[in-house]
Formats: sequence, C-alpha cells, structure tokens
Amino acid sequence: MEKWYLMPVVVLIGLTVRWTVSLNSYSGAGKPPMFGDYEAQRHWQEITFNLPVKQWYFNTSDNNLQYWGLDYPPLTAYHSLLCAYMAKFINPDWIALHTSRGYESQAHKLFMRTTVFIADLLIYIPALILYCCCLKETSTKRKITNALCILLYPGLILIDYGHFQYNSVSLGFALWGILGVSCDWDLLGSLAFCLAINYKQMELYHSLPFFCFLLGKCFKKGLKGKGFVLLIKLACTVVASFIVCWLPFFAEREQTLQVLRRLFPVDRGLFEDKVANIWCSFNVFLKIKDILPRHIQVIISFCFTFLSLLPACIKLTLQPSPKGFRFTLVSCALSFFLFSFQVHEKSILLVSLPVCLVLNEIPFISTWFLLVSTFSMLPLLLKDELLMPSVVTTMAFFIACATSFSIFEKTSEEELQLKSFSISVRKCLPYFTFLPRIIQHLFLISVIAMVLLTLMTVTLDPPQKLPDLFSVVVCFVSCLHFLFFLVYFNIIIMWDFRNGRNQKKIN
Amino acid sequence: MAALGNLTGRRWFSALALGVTLLKCLLIPTYHSTDFEVHRNWLAITHSLPISQWYYEETSEWTLDYPPFFAWFEYVLSHVAKYFDQEMLNTHNLNYSSSRTLLFQRFSVIFTDALFVYAVHECCKWIDGKKASKELTEKPKFILSVLLLWNFGLLIVDHIHFQYNGFLFGLMLLSIARLFQKRHLEGAFLFAVLLHFKHIYLYVAPAYGVYLLRSYCFTANKPDGSIRRNSFSFVRFISLGLIVCLVSALSLGPFLALNQLPQVFSRLFPFKRGLCHAYWAPNFWALYNALDKVLSIIGLQLKLLDPKKIPKASMTSGLVQQFQHAVLPSVTPLATLICTLIAILPSIFCLWFKPQGPRGFLRCLILCALSSFMFGWHVHEKAILLAVLPMSLLSVGKAGDASIFLILTTTGHYSLFPLLFTAPELPIKILLMLLFTIYSISSLKTLFRKEKPLFNWMETSYLLGLGPLEVCCEFIFPFTSWKLKYPFIPLLLTSVYCAVGITYAWFKLYISVLTDPLVLKTKKQ
Repeated sequence: MEKWYLMPVVVLIGLTVRWTVSLNSYSGAGKPPMFGDYEAQRHWQEITFNLPVKQWYFNTSDNNLQYWGLDYPPLTAYHSLLCAYMAKFINPDWIALHTSRGYESQAHKLFMRTTVFIADLLIYIPALILYCCCLKETSTKRKITNALCILLYPGLILIDYGHFQYNSVSLGFALWGILGVSCDWDLLGSLAFCLAINYKQMELYHSLPFFCFLLGKCFKKGLKGKGFVLLIKLACTVVASFIVCWLPFFAEREQTLQVLRRLFPVDRGLFEDKVANIWCSFNVFLKIKDILPRHIQVIISFCFTFLSLLPACIKLTLQPSPKGFRFTLVSCALSFFLFSFQVHEKSILLVSLPVCLVLNEIPFISTWFLLVSTFSMLPLLLKDELLMPSVVTTMAFFIACATSFSIFEKTSEEELQLKSFSISVRKCLPYFTFLPRIIQHLFLISVIAMVLLTLMTVTLDPPQKLPDLFSVVVCFVSCLHFLFFLVYFNIIIMWDFRNGRNQKKIN
Repeated sequence: MAALGNLTGRRWFSALALGVTLLKCLLIPTYHSTDFEVHRNWLAITHSLPISQWYYEETSEWTLDYPPFFAWFEYVLSHVAKYFDQEMLNTHNLNYSSSRTLLFQRFSVIFTDALFVYAVHECCKWIDGKKASKELTEKPKFILSVLLLWNFGLLIVDHIHFQYNGFLFGLMLLSIARLFQKRHLEGAFLFAVLLHFKHIYLYVAPAYGVYLLRSYCFTANKPDGSIRRNSFSFVRFISLGLIVCLVSALSLGPFLALNQLPQVFSRLFPFKRGLCHAYWAPNFWALYNALDKVLSIIGLQLKLLDPKKIPKASMTSGLVQQFQHAVLPSVTPLATLICTLIAILPSIFCLWFKPQGPRGFLRCLILCALSSFMFGWHVHEKAILLAVLPMSLLSVGKAGDASIFLILTTTGHYSLFPLLFTAPELPIKILLMLLFTIYSISSLKTLFRKEKPLFNWMETSYLLGLGPLEVCCEFIFPFTSWKLKYPFIPLLLTSVYCAVGITYAWFKLYISVLTDPLVLKTKKQ
C-alpha cells in the first residue's frame, strides 16, 4: 500500500508535460485573417459574452457565422461564457465585441492555456485516476504505471495544449460516463455521458456502445421487472439532462433547428483537409467527393458505418460486460472515424480514449494504435509548428509504455487475446501458428515507416505538382493501420468473450 | 538469473535517464536568463579571438570569468555552433538569440549532461544492496538515481535559467565515485580538471586535499585510528602532486607564457561585488542583514537612531548590490573569508583525526560546501546545489542523513524560486518542485519506514510553512498595495525563511559529524 505516493508523482509528471507543451505555438498563431482554433475559442468567448443567447447560433450583423461561427452544442457555449467572465475580470480587451478579433498577446495565451489546464485538471485527470484505481486484478504498481502511460498519451496533450482545443472536457465527461456505467452507477454514468454529448457532438461516436450496453443490462435484469424500471429511469435521466442543457434554445422551434443545423453541417462535404479515413484515402484513386451527389455520399457513408459497427453492437447488447463495453467503444468509434460523414483528423482522439482504457489488457496493440493515432495527425501538428513537442512527447510515451509493460515480450497469442480466434482458425488450418510473429514484424515495419515518413515530411520539399504528397501518404498509411485495427478489435470482440468458458474445457 | 536482473536494472536506469532528457527537451522554449547571453558571448570570444585576447575582451559586459578549461570547452562547442548559426559567433552581435542559437545552446547543455548521467550510474554502483527490498521502487539505487537525475535544482538552473552545471557536477560525482572505488589518482585528476572548469569548486577543495593526504598518502593507521607517521608514501604523494601540477600547467600554462596570469586571476576573483547577490542567498548573511534591518526599524521607532545617518540604500535592499548596514558592523571580504575558514576547520579536523573512509570524506565535502555557502562573499543561491547533490549520495544510506537531506534540499530548492520570476514558468517550477519534494520525502520515508520518523513536529511544520509562504509571495502579494512600496518583501521573506532551514540543516549535519562515534573502526577491530 505504501506505493500510493507514486500516484501524485505520476500526475505531476503528466501536468508538467502538459504545461511545457503549452509553451509552444498554437494553431493559427499570427496568421490573419482567419487564424485558427485558438482564435475560434476566443471568438466564442466574445460572442457568448456580448450577445444574448438567442443570437449565439444565428448569423447577425454582430455574429458573422462565416468567421468561426459557434458550431458546438450548448455546453461548449456555456463554457466559453464562463471563460469570458474570467477574461473580463483580467482584461476586457480580450473579449470586446468586434475590436478583439484576432487578439494575440503573451498574457492572453497564458490565460487561454490556463483555462485548458484547469478544465483538464478538474474533469479529465480525476476520472482517469479513478479509472486506474478501479482496475480489477492488477497490482498497485501496475495501476500507477498504467496511469502514467495514459497521462502521457501525446495525441490529446498536443491537440489540447499545442493546437488548442478543449477535448479533455468532452473526453473527461465521457470517461466519467464509462466509469459510472462500468461500476453500475448507471444513472450517474448516463448523466455524465449526456454532458459529454452536449459539449461536443462528436461524442456521438461513443453513444451506440453506451446505448447497447445499458439496453443489454436492462434485458439481463428482465424487461418485465427491474430492467424496465431501469430503462425508464435511464430514459428520464437522458431526457432531463438534455432539456436542462438546451433550455434556452427550446423557447422557439427555429432556435433548436438552427442549433442542430450548426451542429451537423451536411453541406461541408464528406471530409475536410486530410483525414486518415476511408473516404480521404479512397479519394486518391477516385474523386468521390466530386462524382457523387451530396445526399448519396451521406447515404453511402451511413450504410458503411452502420454495417461495420453492427456486429459488435449486437454482441454487446446480448452479452453486456464492462470489458466487452470497452472493446466495443473502441471498434464503434473506429468505425465512425473510418466511414462516417464529415470527419476531422482530431476525431481520432475519440478512438484513442477507449484504446487508452484497454492499454492494461492488450498493451502491445494499444501502444501501437496510440502511436499511429498521433502519427496520423502529423500534418496538422506540423502546420502548428509543434514538431519538437510532438517528437519528444511521442518518445516519452513510447518509453513509458515499453518500460512499464515490457510490450515486446508480450506478443504471445494469449497476450494479444487472440487465443480463441487462432484455435478456431486452426480447426480449418492446422498450421496457423505464425500470427504473433507476423504481428511483431508488422509492428517493426510500421514503426520504421512512420519514422521515415516523419523524417521525409520534415526534411524534404514535396514535388511542385503534388504539394500535399506527404500529408496524403501519411493519411493513407494511417488509414491502412486503422483498418487493420478495426479488424483486430472486431475479432477480439467476436471471439474472445464467447469462448471464455470454452477455453477451460480445451485446456 | 543474475544477468537477467542486470538487464532489467539497465532498463529502468535508461528509462529514467531518457525520461528526464525528454523533459529537458520540452523545457527548450522556456525563459532563459542573461546567462544565456553570457555563454553565447563566450562562444563568440573563444571562436573569433586568439587566446591572448580571451581574458582581455570586453565588448560585452559579460566578460569571460571562468577558468581556461571552460574557455576551451566553449571553443570546442563553437566549432559545432558554426553549423547552426554563424552569426552567434560574432562578438559584436550582443543579445543575439535566433531560434537556431537557442536550439544549439539548449542542446549543448542537454548533450553534455550525458557525463552527469554516466556519473550517476557510477555512483549507484557502490550503493550497498544488502537491505534492498525486492521491489524496484524501494531499492536505494533506484531512489538515488531519481534524486540525482531528476534533481529539481539542476533542472531549473541548467535547463530553464541556463547554465552548464550538469556536466560539471557530473565530473564531481564521478571523482567522488572514483574515490569510493579506491581509484584515488583518477579521482584527484578529475577533481583537478573540474577546478579548472569552474573555480567555485575550490570551496570543497580542502576536503579533497585533506582526504587524499590522510587516507591515500598515509597507507596505514595505528590501532586506535590515529596517524602512523612512518607509513607516509612519497610515491603516492608525488604522483598526486604531479597530476595536480600537470593539469594546472595544461590549463594555466599558455597564459603564464603570455604573461597574462594576473589578468586571468583578476577576472576569476572579482572582489568588487557586494556581500550579497541582488537576491540574498539564504545564508548567514541574509539573517545578519535581516537582523540589521529589524534593529534599524526598532531603533527608528524608539528614536534611538538618527534617520539622517542611516544609509539610504539599506531601505531599498534587493535593488542595490552594495548593502550598507545601519546598526550592525559592515562586513568585509576578509571577515567572510575568516568566518568561512573557521566554519570549515572543525570538519577538516574531523577528517584528519577521525578518518572514516570515503563516507567521512563525503560528509566533510558537504560541510565544506555548506559552510562556504553560509559565510561566503557574494554567494549565489545556485551554489546550494554544491551541497544538495553530494548529500543525495548520503541520504539513501542512513535515516539521520536522509532527514537532514530532505530539509536541506526542500529549503534549498525553494530558495531557487526567485530565479524564475516570469508567469509562464510559474506552474513549471511549482509542479517540478512538488514532484521532486513529494517523491524524495515519500520514497525516503518508505526506505526508512522501520526506523524512527524522519521529521519531528518542528521540522514538519517548518517544511509545510513553505506552502503558505509561496502563496503569499507569488499569489497574494502582487495584488496588494505593498507591491509598489516594498517590492523587495517577497524576496526578503523567502531568503530569510530559507536561511533558517539551511542554517538548521548545516548545524544538524555538523553535530552529527562531530558526535558520530568511530563506528567503522570499532567494527574492524
């Protein structure tokens, strides 16, 4: 028990890394006229503070939606308002209507970074620590090293503290939700998850596993008795929390519709910039974006997403278990990221969060995935001049994982949770014993490829005809990885839990 | 099995070392002090001027005032620097700091720290693993390497404030390790080299001199531990002398040939500066100055003093280097020298008459460093590292030493806070300080959990008091109306509060050294 003193040490390391990364540049620093996400957040403070609630989501003379119009759900707006009050207290110039546009100064940067730091400290980190402490069948030391590795995950740190966003808030709420639901505090868990959805609509990537898991729980308790009561309670919680969050916008029908239109901008296209998903990668060969009409694109992407996540969700509904829930979260979020409509490169963080949660169970694959996820954001990070912190934090994360889990020694079929899959394949193909070795080699090749690509992107100038060559290659390579991971996680979900009982018989 | 253990042993050490190196890389964009410009200027001087000009050049106010080896070190660095940015090597480019210059200088510190890492590795070798538990995090080796590699003071002084202490302390630790390994000549050589890199290490030279003379040149003791005069080995003495002379000749020889030695020495020992640094180092003189201030205020209140006679500077101290005492007698450099010598003497006597092997030497070395910190002339607060780092070696050995180490380190590190006064670095220093303090206190408590508690109530409350002090100085005081009237109050409070702790630690260590019975010897008999 005396080892618990290492937990604050680990948290302090995580916080120090976060703050040192925040000393670097942010997106759109000194790049008028549009700047970047940093300016977007500042602009939202300006809008929410100076305009009445009714005008937040509408295009008016004071609120030009073309210039970083608010396109996140109400909780983000409230958070901006809260930050705006603090900004007003320190320096009213930071949020003055119109005149503050593109405001940049060292003091303001410090203020904005502090708001991220505080939000992270209040929401994400406590949830993470609690989660690691609640891990079952693990030693204290393992819990602490697990916390260290998750805290050092570079993707989230770089996007929140480098690029500038508040992902730790939505991911933190989602984590509280996962924690609550896994510990059988279903109502609190669903409340926390509703907050997450109302902070960023992208949290919908996680919503299906939540829904299926809770529904499965209700089924398990019997839909005629306790299960029905639970279902009603859950429904009430969800509806009530949504109503509270949206209260100011329910006054008029037009308000609600306008917010929804802002949240789901169908006309912005299948994908934006360079994303490591199927559509963007496929775009290299065939310009789907231009060939197909918009509504067909929506339908196609919807079908693909739905089909790819269906098996895992059905499985979870029929056999709800916390472990299955975590794996389904990974595969569903990954399906959404790969196939759905209008995906950002930063949305990979939504997949990374559940992968961080299974780091303890399958350290090798999780570490690999988390490295790839950071790599897939390389073009974005380079644009923000975050090369140095990206390389350093990625190396730190890799070293932390490699030392605390000794990942290279844990590539047996059992450690990869592929035992029952291999057994069932061996029934047809008796010589199927080379899977772990193949995965090891793939890992080596992938790491080498990532390092080489990073080096090339940084040092070489792309040919004039193809200015985006490197970022497209980065996205394509990452996309291949993600497809592999999608297959892998689906295999684990479909095989491992069902055969938990059978394994004993076989052994 | 042993080989396997060894392998995992190497892995945690390299993880620790790599981890801290990466943290250092993350600290690159932080604030850097004028020392950054000092070293850039030295790069330019050594690169673009002939040796004869090195100690005469004064275009910049930051003239070369380190011994020749350090100048050569900068010379070597400058030949790498030219591939980064030629402009930084121009002596007239004052305050030049392009992003490439910044990268080069920061990375030069990080790379030279490799020597420090190696030295820590060597030091960890002779830590006895007898009572080590199986748990990695409770092994003295592990704790010691964290305490040294992740040392808060070294991190902020070298990698934020900007200096090259890492590899210098590496040399010192390496020479200590060599003495522990009975490779005395090598240790002496390393220390001689170190002295010609940075002369601040002269403070601990008496410990080296006496130890080598007593325990190396005299090959045997009488049964009661006193010296056996006929065992003096001339060969050893002469080889020691040869090493020291050769190193000195290599360093100072060229300047002797150029007849510039007086100029070099006048640069190395500038006695024109004041008793205390702009910010008082938390030593005896800080207490002395504070007492003087209190007395003068009381005197003014009671009308015992004539306000006209009180020197004006004394009321705005912290802003003016020359501090004139109002009530107590003013202090001269000679007085501080005498005080320092008197403070060092008992520990030296102890080393000579009560030799206890390398451990006794280490204690004497720490006492020398601390005593000169306590009473020295124009001491920098950074000099506390000279005592903190060697003390880490002792701390994992005995509970008593651990308790002294924790008080000394925590107060000493806190006293470094005023070095970083910019807002973006405020969270970094607090986080890193908490990180190091929480780790050192809890790990040493775990290590010595079977013995009596490390702190009594008085020490505990003193250490806890640092928290409110920090809150008052950096969070409350800037918002009060006193900020403009008495801007020096936070600094004064910090240095006086820390001076109390460091004096206490010094006193406690002295007592433990003087009263320590001859444990080792009685065991041998």
